[in-house]
Amino acid sequence: MSMNEINARRDAMKKMGGMGFLGLLAAAGMITPQMALAAWNKGAFEAKTLADTLKALGAAGTPVESKDVVLNAPDIAENGAVVPVTVTSNLPHSQQVAILVEKNPNALAAQFMIPEGTEATITTRVKMGQTSDVFALVKSDGKFYIAKKEIKVTLGGCGG
Amino acid sequence: MSMNRREFLNMLAVAAAGGFALHSDFALAEKSAAKMYELPRFGNVSLLHMTDCHAQLKPIYFREPNVNLGLGGQRGQVPHLVGEALLKHFGIRPGTPDAHAFTYLDFEKAAHTYGKVGGFAHLATLVKRMKATRPGALLLDGGDTWQGSGTSLWTNAQDMVDACKALGVDVMTLHWECTYGMERLKEIEEKDFAGKIDIVAQNVKTNDFGDPVFKPYVIKQINGVPVAIIGQAFPYTPIANPRYMVADWTFGIQDDNMQKVVDEARGQGAQVVVVLSHNGMDVDLKMASRVRGIDAILGGHTHDGVPAPVKVKNAGGVTLVTNAGSNGKYLGVIDFDVKNGKVADFRYKLLPVFANLIPADKAMDELIAKIRAPYESKLGEQLAVTEGLLYRRGNFNGTFDQVILDALMKVKDAEIAFSPGFRWGTSLLPGQAITMEHVLDQTAITYPYTTVTNMTGEMIKTVLEDVCDNLFNPDPYYQQGGDMVRVGGLQYTCDPTAKMGGRIQDMRLNGKPIDPAKTYKVAGWAPVSEDAKAAGGEPIWDVVAGYLRSIKTVKPVALNLPKLKGVDGNPGMVG
Repeated sequence: MSMNEINARRDAMKKMGGMGFLGLLAAAGMITPQMALAAWNKGAFEAKTLADTLKALGAAGTPVESKDVVLNAPDIAENGAVVPVTVTSNLPHSQQVAILVEKNPNALAAQFMIPEGTEATITTRVKMGQTSDVFALVKSDGKFYIAKKEIKVTLGGCGG
Repeated sequence: MSMNRREFLNMLAVAAAGGFALHSDFALAEKSAAKMYELPRFGNVSLLHMTDCHAQLKPIYFREPNVNLGLGGQRGQVPHLVGEALLKHFGIRPGTPDAHAFTYLDFEKAAHTYGKVGGFAHLATLVKRMKATRPGALLLDGGDTWQGSGTSLWTNAQDMVDACKALGVDVMTLHWECTYGMERLKEIEEKDFAGKIDIVAQNVKTNDFGDPVFKPYVIKQINGVPVAIIGQAFPYTPIANPRYMVADWTFGIQDDNMQKVVDEARGQGAQVVVVLSHNGMDVDLKMASRVRGIDAILGGHTHDGVPAPVKVKNAGGVTLVTNAGSNGKYLGVIDFDVKNGKVADFRYKLLPVFANLIPADKAMDELIAKIRAPYESKLGEQLAVTEGLLYRRGNFNGTFDQVILDALMKVKDAEIAFSPGFRWGTSLLPGQAITMEHVLDQTAITYPYTTVTNMTGEMIKTVLEDVCDNLFNPDPYYQQGGDMVRVGGLQYTCDPTAKMGGRIQDMRLNGKPIDPAKTYKVAGWAPVSEDAKAAGGEPIWDVVAGYLRSIKTVKPVALNLPKLKGVDGNPGMVG
């Protein structure tokens, strides 16, 4: 991509940016506030521990670790308040993707419903208070699969 | 203080003869000296590599560490070898100029004998010589070039920008350069460097859309061979240095993207692919084991003067990993023999730059004099005289760091002091006057604020554990380079082999255990938070200079070192 194209995209995104992603979807009639609420899994988001969260998501026990779940995130967070996390599921019929941060007060950071036929790749930013294992949980054909990565949150300074 | 050229050449002859007797044949001495820089050309593609000069335009002394621990899989492995263990591994004879260049052994005596190292005027002569015997050779700069001296700070890096252009740098990557801020960096890239020096960094993207900030790589034709130079900036710049200085950019190691860039460069016809890296050597070694298709990673950041490359096997073959030290002390020369579209063989030499042995380049010398002229009197102020050797490198403390800690505790009336484990900063021999220039060599950064903080014992432990994990985490991708924070006042025991949370033990102040709940007054400097910038504490160089003026003589310094556990017999430590 040339720098001109990048700049053009940047300008376009700036103009649209005020609405935010959900706003754009709502404006396009794709989701309604009711739909967003209906999808909200209160129990799972309020669970404290990893085990309770998995239970609330219907994934109790130990989900199978899978190489088809790819979790891409920094080894050390540049800013614990906004840690970029990308999850890609290469499993067939991926229905849900969730991101869990084990040592956060509430482990579940995000849950995405993947409509049939959608490429199962999501990117978001999660908040982390301290170094923790981060899990990507994928529901595929009714079964749960998981990938794990440690993300370090450090005080910074003192390098080089 | 240092010898004249004739005496120096004599010493070299003695060293070359095995150190028996003082050699009287000057012609022979000169011949042996000249030999050091007689590097026969090999192959058809040559690259010259300098890194981490930390803005040292003039020749300096620089003592290599006697503590550079490697743990787990890195124990006893390059670059975690010091002193005799390093000499033995690389087959370097003790008592030779190379032994002095690559180790701390007998440092004071050898430094008197061989004199200062580096300096851009001497480096320029060496670069010209190498380019003359190696047509088409490129000069690559691994970064940490614009920071580390009074003049670089006061000229907003302009001195180094001009000097690098005059030196003939072709391609560079970044770390401390970023501490001049995003705007200044882009200004230099787009104005000063336009058409002359390419800044490359595949791992720097915009925070919002992940767009590239710099060219990921360039392809240069060398004697008809397309050669790709991929940039890898220091991955943890926004963590190790203030994030607000690169607020719109994100860094990271980015293995996957590196693989894509390597594949793309190969797809574009590159027959040689080289990564110009500021990862640090342990990270480079791991990256070399994971990414395919790189012929060599020319590395820096960890300031390891590594005489020969490490060959790392990976799914695509073998990748060479080098590290070219710091402070302008060395010039790396890598020659590739490229046949049938790929690298068939190579030669590598890390040449020490002995300023007494290489005449200064006249044009560069004049440029440096012009740069320094407005600042000479300020730089030359003699603050004190040191009775002992002053240096910084080492995992846990250095004598110059101890002076900084002592200054902080005294001037700020604090019971504990912290000083960052930077690996730059020059060395001073016993009897030398400490000038303002020397103090700035240790402290010249764009966030020099001193801080005084009331910290609980628990917080102190958290800080020490955090920094210790950045140094000793068994996985190099979780390390940041740099050394352990230097600590004044507080004594502790450190077990680098323990897990995070268990490495720092038995913290004491004046013999009494530190109380986790009690509050202690802690002085420090180089804070990375924007709040600290707003608070604007007195610059560290003023604190240290004031302290030195008041004491006039620096007695041989007693290093405050932690008691170490779990590292007995480690070849990365002596003494």
